[in-house]
Amino acid sequence: MERPNTAWTALSSKRYLVSSWPWRSYAYLLSSVPVGLLTITLLVGAAALCALLSPILIGILLMASVPLVGVAIGVVERWRVRLVVPAGVPSPHAAIPGGYTRRARITFRRRERASMRALGYGVLLGLFIWPLSALFGGLSAMVLGITVATPVIASFEEVGMGPWILDTTSEGIIFLVAFGPPWYIVSSYIVGALAAAEAELAKAMLGPREEELRRNVAELRRSRLDLVDAFETERVRIERHLHDGVQQRLVGLTMTLGLAELDLPEGEGRRLVVKAHGEAEAALADLREAVRGIHPRVLVDHGLEAAVREVADRSPLPVSVRMSLPQRFPTPIEAAAYFVVSEALGNVAKHAQASRCEVEGWVSGDKLVVTITDDGVGGASLEGTSGTGLTGLVTRLDALGGTLDLSSPPGGPTRLRMECPCRLDD
Amino acid sequence: MPARRLSIVLAEDSLLLREGLASILDRAGHEVRDTVGDADTLLAVVRKEPPDVVITDVRMPPGHSDEGLRAAAAIRAELPGIGILVLSQYVADAYLSSLLETTTGGIGYLLKDRVGHVTEFLASLDRVADGGTVVDPEVVRQLLARRRDDGPLAALTPRELEVLALMAEGRVNASIAEQLVVSEAAVRKHVGNIFAKLQLDDGRDRRVSAVLTYLRG
Repeated sequence: MERPNTAWTALSSKRYLVSSWPWRSYAYLLSSVPVGLLTITLLVGAAALCALLSPILIGILLMASVPLVGVAIGVVERWRVRLVVPAGVPSPHAAIPGGYTRRARITFRRRERASMRALGYGVLLGLFIWPLSALFGGLSAMVLGITVATPVIASFEEVGMGPWILDTTSEGIIFLVAFGPPWYIVSSYIVGALAAAEAELAKAMLGPREEELRRNVAELRRSRLDLVDAFETERVRIERHLHDGVQQRLVGLTMTLGLAELDLPEGEGRRLVVKAHGEAEAALADLREAVRGIHPRVLVDHGLEAAVREVADRSPLPVSVRMSLPQRFPTPIEAAAYFVVSEALGNVAKHAQASRCEVEGWVSGDKLVVTITDDGVGGASLEGTSGTGLTGLVTRLDALGGTLDLSSPPGGPTRLRMECPCRLDD
Repeated sequence: MPARRLSIVLAEDSLLLREGLASILDRAGHEVRDTVGDADTLLAVVRKEPPDVVITDVRMPPGHSDEGLRAAAAIRAELPGIGILVLSQYVADAYLSSLLETTTGGIGYLLKDRVGHVTEFLASLDRVADGGTVVDPEVVRQLLARRRDDGPLAALTPRELEVLALMAEGRVNASIAEQLVVSEAAVRKHVGNIFAKLQLDDGRDRRVSAVLTYLRG
């Protein structure tokens, strides 16, 4: 059987009376008594302390930190409400940005509107909710308890029940059977409805509002962008590291070997040095290629168009490049666009059997658009082995708010279109 | 021993390469007058006492971007008589274009690997000092791949393009003939055709103009 996930659906279920819901409702109502008492004590205590200390500065400072009591109330109440809302109520609080000091974290929390709302809920809980819960929950539990105990009590002494006087066990049993079930039914629904209403209130005041949900989504986007940005910064750092370290050393090595060649007489020794020189140059060429795959320097120094022209020049088939880009773009965007072109041209050369290829780039509104078109056999897809590099780029573009579309009917032509916002923030 | 002893200012931020280069130039009998590690010092040193040739790295402190190229452009503007040889790690011709934008002759762009081929490197240096233009074969090869269908070079035959590419590397006719295994007379004929097709005037240094046309597309 499917478990109901709110108190309201549980109430409308046919099996309500034989489920655990009435008892959960009792537990919810009755547990509000100690929590409510504690809350009102805390709040009154805090208010008194602030009032007492207000002549000196510390009282006013304390007053500012009262919303933190709300935060604590929220934590306890969201935990307690799970009794009747098994899925729980999500926290409305924003994630505290990293790198904050303890003091800044506290300030961040107490300034949140969710904290004030939880404080307001605390006042309601302390003043109204727990007495109401105690009245209904307590009274109905007491009546139920006495009814169940009637046979036992009646065997010891007379029990007055309205117009009747019960003084034997059997009379007590008759009362239990006649009055117990109806009372259980009526009280269960009353208690269930009250618990559901209270849970609804807690959910409304302690759960996230829509703008808070939106803010959380925005935060997620932001942190994803930060990640892409950090990723790119790291690649630039690696490139520089290779350039300043290994590359320079290899160049130094080729110079030394070149000098040695001049000094050595013809013979085996000289032949080996020439060979070593050739190998050092091959290593340098490989390294240059690897650095280009990490983050091409020309992209940093001269921008997207120059970098795309360079990758087009290295392609084995003729590639015409037509780009009109009025400005430079943030590094992660330029890098994404560059690697889309680089990957696409690589795929065209490998799979498309194309005779020529065209790369175009322009800005449309606030978007950078880059298309790569070839006259090959078509039938390409973003999934599958040929597009593994592009699949990674889709993820990367996604984080930037961009898209990658492929149109490749069998027989061609194949057209890859990238769109990406020109700016990182939005 | 070189044709003449050149006075050279060397700008390179890596100590290792600076010393390697200095020792190569030293051995060849050139005078390495100053070695500097950044573009500002380079400009100061050159302004104080102009050398014959400046050899500079593209990427130098403080920005580690293209400070060397910008310093080269500044030197060319102020003191056009100084030969400039740029050493680079990048094949991308975007760097070359910014170097050739304002200048004719007395200029070179070589990948750093080329320095290891000492004899050729020294020959390139002499050409730059004599007002020639030298472009790294690797860069030329890449440029050759691009200019096929449009621009002034479309009129040239593949053989003429080949000759022009070798001219861009700074070679003289004899060396081109040797490379292509043809007679020097045949090379002269090709060169004449190139000049005619690119419509270059007699008066100027047509060889340099042809190379520039080629490199600018």
